[in-house]
Parts: sequence; C-alpha cells; structure tokens
Amino acid sequence: MSNMLEVADLGHTYGDHEAIGGLSFTVRAGELVCVVGPSGCGKSTLLRTISGLVAPSRGDVSLHGSHLAVVFQDYSRSLFPWLSVQGNVEFPLRSLPRAERRARAAEALEWVGLGGAARKRPWQLSGGMQQRVAIARALAYRPSLLLMDEPFASVDAQTRFELEDLLLRVRREHDTTVLVVTHDIDESVYLGDRILVLSGSPARLVADLEVPLPAERDQVTTRTDEAFVELRSKVARLLNVGKPALDVEKWAAAERESLSETVSS
Amino acid sequence: MRAFTRGLLGIAGFLVLWELLGRSPLLPAHALPPPSVVFGELVTQLTSPSFISHVVATVLALLIAIVIAIAIAVPSGLVLGSVPAVRHGTRAVIEFLRPIPSVALIPLALVMLGFGPETKITLAVYAALWPILFNTIYALDELDPLLVDTARVFGTGRLGVLFLVALPSALPFVLTGIRLAATTALIVMVSVELMAGSQIGIGYFIMEARSGPGRMDQVLVGTVVAGAIGVLLNNGLERVRRRWVAW
Ligand SMILES: Nc1ncnc2c1ncn2[C@@H]1O[C@H](COP(=O)(O)OP(=O)(O)OP(=O)(O)O)[C@@H](O)[C@H]1O
Ligand SMILES: [Mg+2]
Repeated sequence: MSNMLEVADLGHTYGDHEAIGGLSFTVRAGELVCVVGPSGCGKSTLLRTISGLVAPSRGDVSLHGSHLAVVFQDYSRSLFPWLSVQGNVEFPLRSLPRAERRARAAEALEWVGLGGAARKRPWQLSGGMQQRVAIARALAYRPSLLLMDEPFASVDAQTRFELEDLLLRVRREHDTTVLVVTHDIDESVYLGDRILVLSGSPARLVADLEVPLPAERDQVTTRTDEAFVELRSKVARLLNVGKPALDVEKWAAAERESLSETVSS
Repeated sequence: MRAFTRGLLGIAGFLVLWELLGRSPLLPAHALPPPSVVFGELVTQLTSPSFISHVVATVLALLIAIVIAIAIAVPSGLVLGSVPAVRHGTRAVIEFLRPIPSVALIPLALVMLGFGPETKITLAVYAALWPILFNTIYALDELDPLLVDTARVFGTGRLGVLFLVALPSALPFVLTGIRLAATTALIVMVSVELMAGSQIGIGYFIMEARSGPGRMDQVLVGTVVAGAIGVLLNNGLERVRRRWVAW
C-alpha cells in the first residue's frame, strides 16, 4: 500500500521551548492512526506542521493527498460566526455547484445528528454541537487526509460512541486516511489501525503499535475483547514511562466499571 | 418598553424646562422661543418647498460623504491592517493628520474648492474617514487567527482569506465606525454650511434665519431638524448592525 504521509525527523521549537523533538513515522493510504501523548507534549503542534500551518524547525513532512481537512482542538473558534451551520459546512465546498454543495452539507449534518440545526448560527449551539459541526465540515469535504485534534472531547459518552462509529464508517466508505489525536486511551485502541505513543515534552515517539483487532469494530464486543484490554493496558503503561508506577490494574478495573455504566445506561 | 417610557418622560421633562425657560423674564425676549412656538413653526416649514430642499441638500450631501468615506477607509483599513510594512510607513502621516479638526480646514477648502457642495462633502469625508479607518484596522487586529488557519487548511488563498474571512469578521467593527463617522460628518456638514461654505442646506437656512431681524424660532427649527437627522442616522445604523451582524 502506498504512503499518504511521511514524517521524517520532524522537530519544532517555540522560542527556546522544544515542543517536538525529532519524530519519524509514516501513515499508509487508508489507514487510521491514533496519536496519544501527555497533555502539552506537542500533539497539536504536530498536526499544525503536517497541515502546513506551521513550518517545522527541522525535518520534513511529505503529503501525498490533495485534499486535507482538519478538525481543530479549539473547534468553537474555528467556526465562522457570520455563517450559518450549513454555511460553515459548505465553506470548503465553494468550488462545487450549488446543488451538490447543499446535498453534501445536508448529508454530513445528518450524519452528526444536526440535520435540524442547519439554519442556526454556530454560537447558538452547545459546545458539543459545535464540535459536531466542525466534524461535519471536515467529513463533507471528503478529504484524502483527515487530521482530527481531540475531536470528540466535548460530547457525551453516547454521542461519542456514535461519532466514533461514524468516523469508522465514513473513512471506510470514502477510503479516507485519518490521523486522530486523542487523550483517551480506550478511544485510540477502539478507532486505530495503529497507535503512535508520544512521550512528554519534547514529544518523541515512544511506540508505534499495530492494533491487532479486526477491521469491523463494535462498541460492546470490541471493548471487551482480550486483545483490546491488553493493548489498552500496554498503552497506559507506555504513557507512564519514567513516572512513579501507576496502578494499571486498578485503573483498568475502574475503566471497566465506568464503561459498563455507560453501556447499560 | 420601560426604557421607552422613561425616555419619553425625559423628553417631556426637557420640553417643559425649555418652555419655562423660553417664557421666563430672565432671558431677553425672543432669544429662546419656547417649544410650543418652535414646533408650530416646524409644521409650517415642513410644508415649505424651500425648507425641504435645504434638508434634502444636507441629507444628500451627507449620504454622499459617508459613502465616499466608506469607499476610501474600508479598503485602506484592510491594507493597513493586513500589511504591517504599509502601516508602519504611514503611521507618522496619519498621526499628524488625524488630530486636525475638520473645521480648521474650512478656509483652506473654500479657497481650493470654492463654495459649491464639493467643499462640505470633502470636509465631511475627511472627518468621517478616521473612525471607519481605525475601526477597520482594529478589527483586523482582533481577527481570530484560527479562523484564518481554518480557511487556509481548506485551500483558501490570500485574497479568499481577505474577502471571505477578514472582511466579514471585521464587519461589526466597521459598522460601529460608520455609525460614529455619520454623526461626525453631520456636525462638519452643518458647520461648513453655517460658515458660508454653501448656498443651500440646513446650516445655511439657520444662518439666514439669524441674520436681519433674527427669526430665532426658525433657527431652532433648523437645529431640531439637524438633531433629528443625527438621531435617525444613528438609530438606523444601529438597527442595521443588530439585524445583520448579530454575533
Ligand atoms: N504558538 C505557541 N507559542 C509558544 N509555545 C507554544 C505555542 N503553541 C504551543 N506551545 C507550547 O508547545 C507545547 C506543545 O503544545 P501543543 O498545543 O502542541 O500540545 P498538545 O499536546 O496539543 O497539548 P494538549 O494535550 O493540552 O492539547 C506546550 O508546552 C505549549 O505551551
Ligand atoms: Mg492539543
């Protein structure tokens, strides 16, 4: 399979603060790769360099797709307040004929459950709804590479599951390559074909893990799969490198409990 | 509604005070005609074609001045606000020109442009430029960089960012600038007319009424109408802002 994205010895320094300290990895076309790492380690900076918004201090990023879409971590500030929800979703589609633009926006808004909010202004919506508008805009664009920065951080657990499955379905249907930054270890295992684990600042690659799960995922059975539980513990352990041992078993038990709560509710 | 009622009460109080002061023996006779007289005269004047043509002349010149000021100040503001080199290069000139009161330029303008409407329009444009220009520049400073990043990521070029992101995002500030500019332009416009920079207009009407025997009731009719134009402009523009750029 061909590569969609190649990152070679990428480093970035803000002033005298080294945010990224030499990252190398590739993402194959059609792959969904999750990036996890401690808060402030440089994940957003990584996405900004990949999307070309920030010129990295060193190293190279090569992109092989033509259409790039980004869901920013600060989603509410990335919506145009003078445009309606529909106008926002249509913004990247300006070059298309009007009818197709309309149809695509309507479809994407339907996907994220906001079909009824098309005429509202973004600031009239809740934070979680705004986040879904940003997701709809990125999906409607049908990018070849989709970069998402903690895209499901502000939605409730139920909606989060739905959006995760939506992402899996859409990227399968449109053969989209996806790079998702998440702070949720479970999510990274559930969504990913691969997981990139980053260390604290400056960000370095701690591990590049294949996810040994079948392509078809299911919110209930996948999350109780032995391979899922095992990989989750492994990622958790990796994220705590060098820190006083966190009780992974206890943490996993608590997670299982909270999961069964959300599933049963 | 309560605010509206209170406003009406305030106006009523003001009129009563004016009426009392106008009829009091403290002021020389006819110096301050009371509102009962002034509004009677206002009704008479509003049916007089010559008075109406004065009002129309002022309003028309004012609208022309505002449109010209917008056409100059908004593009200049966009350039100054988005190209730091131009902004720094022009700072000294702007800092020098801005504090000059437009009224101080009246003699110069009369010599250069004569007594036609060009003079009052030019000076009103000069006065109206600044609030629009500075609000546009300020708006670009306030532009959220993430909106620009969003547009750029989705393949929007420099011009696209300017017209699809910077301009709409600046609109609320620009409209506030236009509202301030309209009031300033009205003041300058009537001042120029008063100072004989015109043969027609509300200011000219006021000057004429004052000369000779001195019809103070007509002077006040002119004043009241000029004030009413200011209020209408201000409220109209505020309504436009609320209706179209409510974010
Ligand atoms: N524009 C900037 N100028 C200076 N420092 C910055 C800038 N942006 C980010 N940083 C710093 O770089 C580091 C990495 O920031 P970044 O936003 O990439 O982290 P992150 O992994 O996305 O964090 P989080 O998980 O909280 O979203 C942080 O220490 C941050 O303070
Ligand atoms: Mg971040």
